Amino acid sequence: MLRINRLLIPGVDKKLLVRDAARLMPDVSRRRFLAGGASLGALTLLTGCDVVDGASAETLLAKVSKFNDAVQAAIFNPNTLAPTFSESDITRPFPFNAYYALDQAPTIDGGDWKLEVSGLVQNNKSWTLQELTQLPEVSQITRHVCVEGWSAIGQWSGVRLRDFLELIGADTKANYVWFRCADDYTSPIDMPTALHPQTQMTFKFGGEMLPRAYGYPMKIRIPTKLGFKNPKYVVSMEVTNDYKGGYWEDQGYNSFSGL
Amino acid sequence: MATTLTDPAPATPALAETGAVLQPLWVRVMHWINAAALLAMIMSGWQIYNAAPLFDFQFSRTITLGGWLGGGLLWHFAAMWVLVINGVLYVMLGFATGRFRRRLWPITLSGVVSDLSQAVRLRLSHDDLGRYNSVQKLLYVGVLLVGLVSVASGLAIWKPVQFQTLTSLLGGYDAARYVHFFAMSAIVAFSAIHIVLAALVPKALRAMIIGR
Repeated sequence: MLRINRLLIPGVDKKLLVRDAARLMPDVSRRRFLAGGASLGALTLLTGCDVVDGASAETLLAKVSKFNDAVQAAIFNPNTLAPTFSESDITRPFPFNAYYALDQAPTIDGGDWKLEVSGLVQNNKSWTLQELTQLPEVSQITRHVCVEGWSAIGQWSGVRLRDFLELIGADTKANYVWFRCADDYTSPIDMPTALHPQTQMTFKFGGEMLPRAYGYPMKIRIPTKLGFKNPKYVVSMEVTNDYKGGYWEDQGYNSFSGL
Repeated sequence: MATTLTDPAPATPALAETGAVLQPLWVRVMHWINAAALLAMIMSGWQIYNAAPLFDFQFSRTITLGGWLGGGLLWHFAAMWVLVINGVLYVMLGFATGRFRRRLWPITLSGVVSDLSQAVRLRLSHDDLGRYNSVQKLLYVGVLLVGLVSVASGLAIWKPVQFQTLTSLLGGYDAARYVHFFAMSAIVAFSAIHIVLAALVPKALRAMIIGR
């Protein structure tokens, strides 16, 4: 825990951080969902199919994962609030986390930046940072839980996504809000989660302007989702009924990934 | 062996010698499904552990399942269903058929102490496979309870918002990760002893495969 956190602190051990990130990523040639041969017999028993054929195992696992999406959507209670914490619980420094080093993170000029809005909305005008930060602000101190297992507590402030979706006349019966980021990261969020009262368009961290490390100028903060469902450097949002996939979702992370 | 079926039984036979079924079919089937699901859960769990280790070590890639974090998670959350369905049915049948009451009860402190002292001197008899000694009873009941803790702590770290009461009962998100790890460790330790003893008493293994 401590060791990992030290690697994730901005400006420290960048090479190690990248090496670590690379280790967690799938092999370039082919995703390796299967480990050594010793376990394959038992796995055949488990799944009832020939798991030596990796493709069929992956198909089966993907199907179970879709089933798990549905189970998690059923478990999700839109009225359950994520636990909140006091200022003394805040993790300092809060880790930087991405699949690249901090110096490769997008550098965005807040003056030029605009949030594009598209899809099933009544008003698809773009929004400047100044316009967005004039909307009513809310704040939360919640736990960010990474898919890797570590977690950190931070304070985020910004505009409730629900309020913004209502403001632009979004079809709140649509299936997803799909985000695209300046680093080409993408992620779809199911509508019930997008409408959750703690789901936030975040412009401030710890009361200060959102630093580059945490997604300047806008991150989507969702305390009811794993960290990778909290996109940073967001440049566009689309309200849609289509599942458009996402950076990690396409590689095998469960798409709902609720907490 | 076919001969055991036709041989006349001794006056006061141990169950194993009568040719009676020691392990009914449902126990055998569920036992091996459980073994496969547990193996997948543990090996994929080690893969997940490696992404953010709790301690200063990682599990070798040769004994992890999934190839990378995402694959480990997919295996873990797939095997989970097999384990939960099998486990719930097993516990229900264990109570309904009276097997738990007959085989795992009662457990007395004096029985455990005396059987344990015999066990460490390697004097404990395994002749009657139909009757567990106190140490066996304690271990089997213990591992069932550890299984419960492992499921509870697993739910606590999988859904720390929806099941936040459970998570806080376990001391919070970070503490629940440790509880889950130690429950896994206890199950692995139990399995190691279990497998060694099964290897030392081949007829117990045979009974778990063919029933007799």
